[in-house]
Amino acid sequence: MGILPEPVEAVLETALVSELTVVDPAGRPVTHPLIPLYDGELIYLTSSILFSKKLEHIKANPKVSLSITDPAALEPGQVARATIQGDAEVDDSDLHAGWERVLPLWRKKEPAIDFFLGKRVALPLFFERSVIEIRPRKAFLWEDGRTDRPPQVFHVDPVLA
Amino acid sequence: MKATPELIARLEERFGHAVIAYVDADGYPMSVATDFEVDETRGIVSLRAVAGDAQPPQGDRVNVVFSHIRPQPGVGYDERRYVSLWGPLRRTEGGLEFSPEDVQHWDEEEMSFFEYSERGLPQAHRYLEQVSAETGREVKPKLSFGWLFLRATRLPFLTATFVPVLLGIAVAAWTNGFNWWLALLTVVGGACIHLGLNVANDVFDTTSGADKANVNPTQFSGGSRVVLYGLLSLRTIALMSLGFYAAGIAIGIGLAAARGWDLLWLGVAGALLSFFYTAPPLKLVHRGLGEIVVALGFGPIMTLGAYFVQAQEYDLEPLLASIPVGILIALVLYVNEVPDRSADAAADKRTLPVRLSKDQVVNGYAAAVAVAFGLVVVFALGGWIVRPAIIALAAAPLALPVYRALKSSYDQPYALMPAMGKNIQLHLATGVLLILGYVIALIADGVLDDPPAFLT
Repeated sequence: MGILPEPVEAVLETALVSELTVVDPAGRPVTHPLIPLYDGELIYLTSSILFSKKLEHIKANPKVSLSITDPAALEPGQVARATIQGDAEVDDSDLHAGWERVLPLWRKKEPAIDFFLGKRVALPLFFERSVIEIRPRKAFLWEDGRTDRPPQVFHVDPVLA
Repeated sequence: MKATPELIARLEERFGHAVIAYVDADGYPMSVATDFEVDETRGIVSLRAVAGDAQPPQGDRVNVVFSHIRPQPGVGYDERRYVSLWGPLRRTEGGLEFSPEDVQHWDEEEMSFFEYSERGLPQAHRYLEQVSAETGREVKPKLSFGWLFLRATRLPFLTATFVPVLLGIAVAAWTNGFNWWLALLTVVGGACIHLGLNVANDVFDTTSGADKANVNPTQFSGGSRVVLYGLLSLRTIALMSLGFYAAGIAIGIGLAAARGWDLLWLGVAGALLSFFYTAPPLKLVHRGLGEIVVALGFGPIMTLGAYFVQAQEYDLEPLLASIPVGILIALVLYVNEVPDRSADAAADKRTLPVRLSKDQVVNGYAAAVAVAFGLVVVFALGGWIVRPAIIALAAAPLALPVYRALKSSYDQPYALMPAMGKNIQLHLATGVLLILGYVIALIADGVLDDPPAFLT
């Protein structure tokens, strides 16, 4: 049991893709599909420097949201949808190898990552990566996936978070 | 980028749901999924209303995102695509109405992940500069020494040198004799010149802008990109190239001094052709002479040179044996130039695929393969090279998938990649079988008192 409500954790742990929304300098929301990783406390996303505009935006404004919306990217039978708002930090202290700390979580979602990592020489800049760490503050859950009905809203305990 | 009616019209067939993203009263982004329908005539997207705390503000500009992947259990996923639209959102009686204005999108069926990544290169460099400024130290991408050396030198392409050099040695072993040390020095010297050429090619393709203009590099084309990626500096690879040339030239001079100065002219010709392949002022590849230069350098020049080192004379037989090999290595370059042709044209490199139409390139490939193997038959049956060398014909079927791929995937660099690999195998297998032909003849001659004609 982590800091998020169990049904939210269930979709986070199985989702193959999520939508990360950041706010650009003009105040405009910008959304990026990314693989969500979760260790019970923080949500992790990794981003190659090739697609690093989102990292610049987070450094300027750490407020983000992460949605899990695609039932096709969940376990069969899962229909729930969730959105988590939180504060993000970018860890780019070691672009070359620092992100490998989340590799065990990544491997669970995308086993083929080891194959691609073995071909690192072919795509060297893709594997120069930052880690986005999201500390959740509020979660919205649509247990039946119906967003035309009000969501359950959870405030994450700031002490736990 | 502005959203086009064509892109909007395809949303329903490409995606199952929409995600509305906006900034809430606390300044946090909020995103919520909903169903959608496209009204093509009005160019708007109707969204089902969302409820409760998650309602987007009316009248604001929002981000509406459509995202799709297909899970592949136990592997990961494929069919990645997304469309991210920005525009105003307003409430209607039935729900919400969104008017798309700006768009960002990617569909891996339309743009390969490799190209998508290459197009991110300016952003990667910008980010590295920012992190460097933030940390006060230069942050650069890295690769281990071994991978970096392999990438910078394009080491696997050395088969293009090994084949003609070993063929020359094999012909000499058949006609004159064989010395291990001289053979080893010849291989090392040839490899150094080849690596010098590979790296010099990158130096000049970097300075001319040819590599930067190429957003479709493959394993076999588009250069090593080590400078473009920031893995090595231009100065470092320029020094590497000079180092390889210096070592190759030193070995060549040593072999010429030991075996005969007539070798020098061939060595000088080879080194100059290699260097001025991309180097100014000649820039032979820019003048449409690249394929001929490669055919000469990695065919007759290397084979005759290796033969001379062993035999201390020139002869017709190694020259004839080298011609099919020269044609096939030129075809390796020729096919590898197909995905590079737009970038090459932009950098004024007038390669054959730049100058010819698709049909001409495809038919030219078939004709050149036919000539290469036709010559093997004529030379072997005519006794100008050893008859067992005719076994090289066994490699010819490898050309078929290359020909088919050129016809079907001419404009798809990454679909062409397996064929590019097959084409390299065609050159390698043909060369190995020609050499094996000489080995068979040598064994037959050594074992049998009076070997039959078909074995010599």
